Amino acid sequence: MSREMTGARMVIEALRDQGVDTVFGYPGGAVLPIYDEIFQQNDIKHILVRHEQGAVHMAEGYARSTGKPGVVLVTSGPGATNAVTGLTDALMDSIPLVVLTGQVPTFLIGTDGFQEADTIGITRPCTKHNWLVKETDELAATIHKAFHIATSGRPGPVLIDIPKDVQFATGDYVGPKQIETPSYQPAKKGDLATITRLVELMETAERPILYTGGGVINSGTGASQLLRELADATGFPVTSTLMGLGAYPASGKGWIGMLGMHGLYEANMAMHDCDLMIAVGARFDDRITGRVADFSPGSVKAQIDIDPSSINKVIHVDLPIVGDVGHVLEDMLKVWKARGRKTNAAAVQKWWVQIEQWKARNCLAYRNSDKVIKPQHALQRLQALTAGRNPYITTEVGQHQMWAAQFLHFEDPHHWMTSGGLGTMGYGLPASIGVQVAHPEALVINVAGEASWLMNMQEMGTAVQFRAPVKQFILNNERLGMVRQWQQLLHGERYSQSWSESLPDFVKLAEAFGCGGRTVADPADLDAAIQEMIDYDGPFILDVLVEKHENCFPMIPSGKPHNEMLLGEASTEGAITGAGAALV
Amino acid sequence: MAALNIQKGASSHSAYDLRDPNAQTIESHTLAVLVENEPGVLARVIGLFSGRGYNIDSLTVAEVDHLGHRSRITIVTRGTPAVIEQIKAQLGRIVPVHEVHDLTVEGPSVERELGLFKVTSKGDKRVEALRIAEIFRASVVDSTLESFVFEITGTPEKLDAFADLMRPLGLSDQARTGVAALARGG
Repeated sequence: MSREMTGARMVIEALRDQGVDTVFGYPGGAVLPIYDEIFQQNDIKHILVRHEQGAVHMAEGYARSTGKPGVVLVTSGPGATNAVTGLTDALMDSIPLVVLTGQVPTFLIGTDGFQEADTIGITRPCTKHNWLVKETDELAATIHKAFHIATSGRPGPVLIDIPKDVQFATGDYVGPKQIETPSYQPAKKGDLATITRLVELMETAERPILYTGGGVINSGTGASQLLRELADATGFPVTSTLMGLGAYPASGKGWIGMLGMHGLYEANMAMHDCDLMIAVGARFDDRITGRVADFSPGSVKAQIDIDPSSINKVIHVDLPIVGDVGHVLEDMLKVWKARGRKTNAAAVQKWWVQIEQWKARNCLAYRNSDKVIKPQHALQRLQALTAGRNPYITTEVGQHQMWAAQFLHFEDPHHWMTSGGLGTMGYGLPASIGVQVAHPEALVINVAGEASWLMNMQEMGTAVQFRAPVKQFILNNERLGMVRQWQQLLHGERYSQSWSESLPDFVKLAEAFGCGGRTVADPADLDAAIQEMIDYDGPFILDVLVEKHENCFPMIPSGKPHNEMLLGEASTEGAITGAGAALV
Repeated sequence: MAALNIQKGASSHSAYDLRDPNAQTIESHTLAVLVENEPGVLARVIGLFSGRGYNIDSLTVAEVDHLGHRSRITIVTRGTPAVIEQIKAQLGRIVPVHEVHDLTVEGPSVERELGLFKVTSKGDKRVEALRIAEIFRASVVDSTLESFVFEITGTPEKLDAFADLMRPLGLSDQARTGVAALARGG
C-alpha cells in the first residue's frame, strides 16, 4: 500500500523502515526540509558532527563495529565535497554506507547555483553506485535500493542526491519489499566443483596457509566462526591482512600474525614458502604482495572472493571461487568432512616446526628504555591493561597504526577499525565516536599519532556533546613518523617537512573541549596514565610522548619480495633501491 | 605437492581466465555491454576506462530496447589477456550493467562501422574517387560540382582502406560511427 507524503518525510520513513537508529550529519540550506522532519521525531538519533568528513568516518566506525550500514546526511556543494574522502575510504575498504546529500532544486541544477556541485559526477568513482532523484515518487524506492546495494555483494558506500524541491514535493511512499535490482545480482554460493578441487588440495598440501582478509569480517560473524572451525580442524596456519584482524583470534593456535609490508616475519616467510595458499576475502593488495614477480613462487593459489574483479587483478590464482566467504567456507567444511577430514598431518606438522623457527626470530623485538617511552612498549601496556575489557580499537594512519596492528591482540571481528586501502589520516578520531555511539557501554580507544589526530580534531566537540567517552591514545613523536622513516630509508635522512612544530598542548586542548587530558613522558608513569584514561568518565586525550626516531619493523622495503624483510635498525642502509624507490 | 592439472588455453565460456596469465601479447577485443539506460550510465563505463587506465579504440552506444530501457554499448579495447579479463570483471561490477559479452572469444561475430567521407576535388581525381567508391560499394549522399560525400558501411579495416585511397584524391573530412557488433548465428 502506498502512502502520500513529502520527500523529506519519505527520507525519515525509509530510514525507519530500514532499521536505522543513528544518522551522522550536518545541516545546510539544501537539506533543511529533512532536518525539519528529524526535529519532529524521536526514532532516529542525529549526531551533529563538526565537519562532513567526520560524519562519514563516524558512519564507517559505526558500520564496521556493528555490521550494519552507516548513514550520513549532509547538504549540497561543500557538504557533499567534504564527504568525498570518507566515501573513497569506504569504497577501498568495502564499508557499507548510505550517504544522503541535499542538492539545489531541480530547476537550478546546471546554473552554478549557490552551493551547487555536480555531486553525482564527483562521487561516481568513489561510490559503489549513486543516484540523483528528480521525482519524489522515486525517492523511497531509491533509498531502499541504496541500502540493498550498499550492504549486499561486496559492500560499499552509495550516495543519493536529493534536490530541495524533491524534498518539499509530495509523492507515493513504497516500502522496502517492493524494490527490484534486475541488473545487480551478486553471487553468494561458490562453484562446488572448484570447492571440491580445493578440498582435494587441502588433503595433500604439505605447507598450506590461510591468508584471510576483510572479506571474512564483511561476510558476518558466522564467516569468522567458520574460519575458526576450518583452521582449527585442519591445523593450518592463519595469517591476516590489516583489514582482517580479529576474524581469527590472536589467541588461536593457528595464528601466525599479520602479513604484509609491516607484517610478522613468520607470516611473510610462510606466505613465501607455502605450497597451498588459500586467500579468503583478501585481494592481494600491494602492501601484501611486495614484488609481484617473486610473490610466493612455489604455491598453488586459491582465492575466495565475492567480487570477480578481485580475482586475477594482481596475482594469478589457480583456483578462483566467486562467492560469499561464509557460504564458501561452509561448503568447504561440508565437503572436507564428507571426504573424511583428511590432511597431510605429518607434513603439516613439519611445516609448523619451520614456522616456529621463524617465530623464534622474535621479529617484533625492540630495545626498551626506562628513560623514554617506546611506542611499542606503550601499546604492549595498553594491551595488558585493557585485555579484560575487549576494547574496540580505531587508529589513524602511520607508524602507530602498524604498531597497533602488531602489538594489540584481536580476539573478535568488528573490534578493529582502521583505514586500510586509502590510508586516511584523520580517520581514527571520528571513527572511534561512531563506534562509541553504536556501543555506548564499551571501551573504545583511538590509537593515534599526533599528526593524524590533528586532521580531524574538531570532532572532539562531537564526542563531548554526545557524551561519547572515546579514549584518544596519542603516540606523540612530534614527527610524521612514517614519512620520516621513509625519508631515512630512501632520501638520505633529509627530513623534508616531516616534523610537527607548534603542536598544541594536548592537555589544555582537552580542557578547552571539556574533556579529560594528561601528558605522560616517563615510562614509570605510563601504567597509571593509561589507567586514568580508561577510568575517566568521559572522553579523554592521553598525550604519550614517545621516542621520536623509532622505526617500524619488520618491513618489506618497496620492490622487495617477502623473504627479504628488514628486521632491525642495523639493516636499513640502502634498503630501498632501483625500481622500488618509485613505489609508495 | 603435485602441480595443478589445469589446462592452459582460451576458455571462452569460463568466468575465469585460464589462458597463460603471463602472456604479454596485446589483443584487441570487442565487448558488448548491455546496460540499463539510466542517466550517467555511459559516464560510469567511460570513467572506468579512464580511471583504471584502459584503452578505448572505439565506442558506440544506443538504446536497443525502448520498452525495457536497455542500451547496448559496443567497445573495442586493447590489452593483455589478463587486462581484458579485468576490464570485463570491472564492467560487470557496475550496478546498471546487465551483461558483458566478449564477442572476440565467444565465437564468430560480425562487426560493422558506418563512415561519411568528404572528397573535394576536380577533373580526373573526381572521376577516380567516384570509380573507387563504386568498387567499395560506397554511395554518394551529397554532391556539389567540387565535392562528394560518400557513405560506406563495413569493417573498420575496410573504412581505413577507403580513407587511405581517398586521401590523395582530396579527402577533406570524415566522420565515423565506431563499431557496432553482433554474434553470428542464433
